[in-house]
Amino acid sequence: MPSFVRHLLLIVAPLIAAFAILPGVYDNHLLLFNFVIFLILAQGVNIIYGFTGYLPFGYVGFFGAGAYGFAIMVMHFQTPAPLAVLVAGVVGVLLGLLLTPLLRLSGAYFAIANLAAALAVLHFVANPALESITKGPYGVALNGTFNPTLAYVGAVIILALTLGIVVFLRNSSFGMALQAVREDAVSAAMAGVNVVKMRVIAWLASALVAGLAGGVFAWYVSVFYPDNVFSNDFSIFAIVFALFGGVATIMGPIVGVLILYGVYNLIGFTTPQYFQLIYGVLIMALVLFLPAGLVSLATRRGWNVP
Amino acid sequence: MSPDAKPILTVNGLVKRFGGFHALDGLSFHVSSGEILGLVGPNGSGKTTAINVISGLYAPDDGTLTYDGASIGGLASHKLVHRGINRTFQIPKPFLSLTVRQNVEVALAYGRVGVAPPKLSDLLEQYHLAEFADRPAADLNSSQQKMLDLVRALATRPRLLLLDELAAGLNPTELDWIAGHIKALAQSGLAIIVVEHLMGFIEQITDRVIVMNAGKEIFEGTLAVAVKVPQVIEVFLGGEHGA
Ligand SMILES: Nc1ncnc2c1ncn2[C@@H]1O[C@H](COP(=O)(O)OP(=O)(O)OP(=O)(O)O)[C@@H](O)[C@H]1O
Ligand SMILES: [Mg+2]
Repeated sequence: MPSFVRHLLLIVAPLIAAFAILPGVYDNHLLLFNFVIFLILAQGVNIIYGFTGYLPFGYVGFFGAGAYGFAIMVMHFQTPAPLAVLVAGVVGVLLGLLLTPLLRLSGAYFAIANLAAALAVLHFVANPALESITKGPYGVALNGTFNPTLAYVGAVIILALTLGIVVFLRNSSFGMALQAVREDAVSAAMAGVNVVKMRVIAWLASALVAGLAGGVFAWYVSVFYPDNVFSNDFSIFAIVFALFGGVATIMGPIVGVLILYGVYNLIGFTTPQYFQLIYGVLIMALVLFLPAGLVSLATRRGWNVP
Repeated sequence: MSPDAKPILTVNGLVKRFGGFHALDGLSFHVSSGEILGLVGPNGSGKTTAINVISGLYAPDDGTLTYDGASIGGLASHKLVHRGINRTFQIPKPFLSLTVRQNVEVALAYGRVGVAPPKLSDLLEQYHLAEFADRPAADLNSSQQKMLDLVRALATRPRLLLLDELAAGLNPTELDWIAGHIKALAQSGLAIIVVEHLMGFIEQITDRVIVMNAGKEIFEGTLAVAVKVPQVIEVFLGGEHGA
């Protein structure tokens, strides 16, 4: 069996099936929805960081832009929600295109510039002068499309798409070439790889899934403020989850979200007073002892983690 | 002597500046298919810079590069690779976290289009990397990493190959072994430019040498003649690299 078929059957299919069935047996649908959103975002970070080495500290910019893309389509054009989610993806890609010059920066410079770009988009959207278009700082209320059940289905579909992209990257010479670019761009060019093109494609794919996630998030919550959908907590969480599990794999970010976001909610429910402390210590321990993520426990032993 | 075929690469008046410093200052030479050309000169004379410009890492500031009848100055590296130019690096640059096999697979998949790529297992076998195929390139020692650079270059089926101090750090047995490989590659029709400080090695494999100093050539001919030219002797005098 080709490895990508194996990955689709053994990882993607069970995960998607689980999240399709869970709402029937577990009542906290918002929590399930958030899990799906963070799985998408962590895999989106995986696409850009794991495969190309760019750390997107302002990743939430695409998410928020997608949410507002959705809201504007619904408010001003009465677009049906599923179509508006697709537009949200397009908005993510367009913002990604606008930000491609950032790819000339590397390391911390890229991370900081990306963070600044996300803040710029936030302040643009939240500008009171744009109230007639974005509702500015006053937030949007999209009562007409409110349908959490369908929005959840949409989120699971986007998760499937995102995982499909990662499975492709993990099993194709395209994904391998991206990793080669991450390791050494000059050498990658000498292997015949068009470095700029590859980086842009990965960047846009990553922007696409975040835009879609933002759109479906807007659909699900239907009432939100700029500060909600542009909250940098989304970037930080997605990055921490992806790193905790281990990037450039399919499993790493999944494991990262399930464990860390699981623990996050567990502590939040049981011992909220120690919440920040326990969570902070956990993350520090990770960075100190497992810098390459949980999957490195296996890869160190020579096991190949999909 | 060099085959009298038309040169595959002609370098004419090449200039490369870093700030106000002229790393290349009007360098001119040519190389033909099947020929091994040595590029020698003291530290800092511009040998690596010449290779960097020819392989598209830097655009030239002046002068022309003619490859296969077309001007290639300033073209992006991957495009030059697709036209048949490739190289190794003085400090090897493998994809450290990828396995040795994956390092080569990238080049096989993205190298020259329209020519059948060589067989991966043969390449790894020939350059003594087969036993490390599934280990990360980071596990290789420096000379093995240089061989991996070479194998990655060969995987793209180059017609012009630039070798930057490939032999540095090899023991005498390994030197003979790699010399044999380089000669065989030239016999199969590749044009090869060899940058090397080891004069014995240059003597053994090159048809012709260019001696560089301060960014331009000061001699062109056989090494046997070069070592008798006063200007060449002067440039190397006191230099730490003897024969
Ligand atoms: N990227 C760069 N930026 C600034 N200066 C550079 C750069 N690359 C090379 N130089 C300078 O250009 C000159 C030529 O360097 P180059 O590496 O081409 O010499 P070389 O002949 O390969 O020397 P070696 O035998 O030590 O490898 C040196 O003075 C070097 O410091
Ligand atoms: Mg050099």
